[in-house]
Amino acid sequence: MAHTPELSPSQPSGSLHRMTAPALQPTETGTGTRQTQLLARMLLTPAVALLFIWMIVPLALTIYFSLLRYNLLDSESAQFVGFENFRYFLTDPAFLASLQNTLVLVGSVLGLTILLGIPLALLLDQPVIGRNIVRLMVIAPFFVMPTVSALIWKNLLMHPVSGLFAWIAKLFGAPPIDWFNDIPLFAIILIVSWQWLPFATLILLTALQSLDEEQKEAAEMDGAGALSTFIYITLPHLARPITVVILIETIFLLTVFAEIFVTTGGGPGLQTTNIAFLIYSQALIQYDVGGASAGGLVAVVIANIVAFFLVRIVGRNLEA
Amino acid sequence: MGQITLQNVQKSFGPVHIIKGADLDISDGSFVVFVGPSGCGKTTLLRLIAGLEDVSGGNILIDGKNVVDVPPAKRGLSMVFQSYALYPHMSVRGNIAFGLKMAGLPKAEISRKVEAAAATLNLTPYLDRKPRELSGGQRQRVAIGRAIVREPKAFLFDEPLSNLDAALRVQMRLEVTRLQKQLGTTAIYVTHDQVEAMTMADKIVVLNGGKIEQYGTPLELYEKPANLFVAGFIGSPKMNFISGEVAGRHDAATIGVRPEHLKIARDGEGWPGNIMVAEHLGSDTFLYVDAGAIGPLTARHVGELDLSAGDRVLLSPDPGRLHRFDETGKSLRA
Ligand SMILES: Nc1ncnc2c1ncn2[C@@H]1O[C@H](COP(=O)(O)OP(=O)(O)O)[C@@H](O)[C@H]1O
Ligand SMILES: [Mg+2]
Repeated sequence: MAHTPELSPSQPSGSLHRMTAPALQPTETGTGTRQTQLLARMLLTPAVALLFIWMIVPLALTIYFSLLRYNLLDSESAQFVGFENFRYFLTDPAFLASLQNTLVLVGSVLGLTILLGIPLALLLDQPVIGRNIVRLMVIAPFFVMPTVSALIWKNLLMHPVSGLFAWIAKLFGAPPIDWFNDIPLFAIILIVSWQWLPFATLILLTALQSLDEEQKEAAEMDGAGALSTFIYITLPHLARPITVVILIETIFLLTVFAEIFVTTGGGPGLQTTNIAFLIYSQALIQYDVGGASAGGLVAVVIANIVAFFLVRIVGRNLEA
Repeated sequence: MGQITLQNVQKSFGPVHIIKGADLDISDGSFVVFVGPSGCGKTTLLRLIAGLEDVSGGNILIDGKNVVDVPPAKRGLSMVFQSYALYPHMSVRGNIAFGLKMAGLPKAEISRKVEAAAATLNLTPYLDRKPRELSGGQRQRVAIGRAIVREPKAFLFDEPLSNLDAALRVQMRLEVTRLQKQLGTTAIYVTHDQVEAMTMADKIVVLNGGKIEQYGTPLELYEKPANLFVAGFIGSPKMNFISGEVAGRHDAATIGVRPEHLKIARDGEGWPGNIMVAEHLGSDTFLYVDAGAIGPLTARHVGELDLSAGDRVLLSPDPGRLHRFDETGKSLRA
């Protein structure tokens, strides 16, 4: 059983609807003949069927397991228990704690990447010497595997004895911070933000480059200073890319796992356990497949709730 | 007031000299058109006046005050861009009001001025629309509205009509001219279209390769072009140029005759030639004639002429309307 099933079943189902609806629309509006309509359906069928199976098999299995008491240590005695696993997962105090951690993590990383991404993109949009190299360096963290970057942060930067940050702290005579014990969630937020900052910067930079130069000049002629131009011209122009960043990052941030696994293992206590990590610990630390499956389905519901509110709040910006 | 003077204004981009010393005196309330072929520096010169580019040398005076170090917003000019450059996320009202808002005017006054400007331009029903919900002509009017609402010393237009279709262009041409006369505000208007220049301008500046070739009223340019370039650029169809022995008989290196000043005859005096193409527009007839050693000639006749390709004609220039040029291309005046 995969330890992060929460988004994989929900996403193909979403794209499935999107795939079929527009594909059939042109024929229904009368642009195609009956024959091409039939041909289109026939040609689409294998792809749609494959996607459907791809989605339905794991989902069905997850639902099936979620209704069983099924522990890997005692796999003989699997038995049907109804919604007992869900009741257990939802009433577990760890669930609320990890839900809160998940939301704090997603929210903070979104905030940090956008708040830092905007000035960074503005800087990279300026004609400075060596701009291409600077751009490349800014983008680089995005290509580092999460496990690797988490290891680097843990051992080279945030290590309380031999880390760079500890060395800097000692340089100023301050006691070094024990990141993963004193402020573990914040440490994770820093690492994940570092990984996602390039993505936000890149999207915002391309948007800035598409901002019409004459619009800024018109604002200049209208008497707008740098700040007014930013507030009234640049920021509204960035509304759409910011929305894209929020939506895409949220999808991935809900499932952050490797960074936690490598650095804190969810601890101390439950301080850095998010939903994804909770499900993992349910399945592969406690060997409780039934409970983990129920947790996975709960995660799917949570992801959909978050998506619903996100689209309500920021999706308006995506309309043309 | 809006009197603009350029004194030896120069502009280089790196090593490339784009504006090579422009001197110009634009009197208050006049409509001046910069015309010239693409890439000759019209936009650059306009942007120098606007303050969007810094001059490399020379002075720009507005109402006698040197403004080369004054930022664009403080020069009291407003500009209509070729792309209109409307603010896409603001309504028409927001677009027109933006300059006044930046100037910190009270809300009531802004509202009054915006509505007056909108009324002048027939934009009142569209005040709450976004630019993307408007047609090309309406967007153009919003851009003009944004310019007039600030009551500037002068308007700067950079090819404002080039994105419109032909019929709308003629209509907007009239509207812009009418509006400028009504407001009495100085206007500098850039175009590459000599018809627009001739019809709209009080005075025309002909630019070529970053130099001012001539500055004068449309009819001065038509009747007394300063050189070969102006003679060829102003007027449609183009002036005929003849050099060699025929020109020598008039003590010139080159002579020029406008198509409308060539008399067309079937026999008698004149340069003989064969018609290659005859265009019959009803109101006019254009003949493209192969005149042998003299070269190809274009002739225009007002009204209909019963001639067609292959016919032989004789063309004789109106002697009083002959233009003479020396070896350097400068006009020779008797
Ligand atoms: N920012 C710039 N940097 C370098 N060259 C420029 C710049 N702006 C304009 N030019 C050059 O200056 C010349 C005149 O341009 P422009 O004023 O736009 O011509 P026009 O408006 O008459 O078509 C062109 O050759 C153009 O390549
Ligand atoms: Mg231009």
